Amino acid sequence: MTSWLALLRPGDWGVLALGAAAVAVSFPVLWSGGKAERAVIRLDGRVVAEYPLGAPQRYTVAGPLGDTVIEIASGRARVLSDPGPRQYCVQQGWLTRPNAIAICAPNHVSLSLAGRDPGHDSLNY
Amino acid sequence: MTASTTEVELRVTPDDRRIARYAAAAIALTVAEAALPSPLPGVKPGLANIVVLIVLWRHGWREAAWVSLLRVLAGSLLVGQFLAPGFFLGLAGALTSLVALALAARLPRTWFGPVTASVLAAFAHIGGQLLLARLWLVPHDGVFYLVPVFGTSALVFGIVNGLIAARLLKEKQ
Repeated sequence: MTSWLALLRPGDWGVLALGAAAVAVSFPVLWSGGKAERAVIRLDGRVVAEYPLGAPQRYTVAGPLGDTVIEIASGRARVLSDPGPRQYCVQQGWLTRPNAIAICAPNHVSLSLAGRDPGHDSLNY
Repeated sequence: MTASTTEVELRVTPDDRRIARYAAAAIALTVAEAALPSPLPGVKPGLANIVVLIVLWRHGWREAAWVSLLRVLAGSLLVGQFLAPGFFLGLAGALTSLVALALAARLPRTWFGPVTASVLAAFAHIGGQLLLARLWLVPHDGVFYLVPVFGTSALVFGIVNGLIAARLLKEKQ
């Protein structure tokens, strides 16, 4: 091992440190994907409610099958309950990333998170 | 009898033979590496660059450029990628890393060894590839999402290849 380390010259260590720092910085900068800021609730494609992801609260949407309950918390949101038969949107659990979306198709309700910039949503990506 | 005008005589200098030998070694490494599974297109060890680094150190940038470009051309022919997108990405990477090697070759050798040249060339390689991919293949900023992955692999393989080149240069002095 020491024979390999002996191959590194003083400047090499500087270049390695700079390279490692640049790579380390690139992860949070390029992978944060922005922060989710708002929960957007739609019924039949129309926005019925929009909340900041701050104070915990619940919102009930009356769809054709019954009530879909949306739970909003700090930095995340989920569909708490839905009258749909397969419960896909409930099982998706907490949404945390911007442009993530949970769709309760039978009840015509969707919950999506919005960040600062519109990007790919979780269906397209 | 007069010499035919269509007959071309190639004069082969010792330099040509040396470049051909190095290029052959680089091509062999490229072909061997093509057999390795890769988790993501573009993440490869780039073992042929060990040869390019050794040529740069021993014979200068001009010969290193010959070896590198011959490697891209002949390597792509052998693995059946000639003129495929991968060929152009590899060529863009080779050209940008040659620019980086031209700069690295000017650094004082008492301070900077082959590892510096290797790491700089590896970063330049992914830089050139990503730039071409962004301009041509994936015209969307989404390609930059992969920068951390490519950057990590460039750093790791840059160090490994640089160390191997440094060791070979030391042992075969």
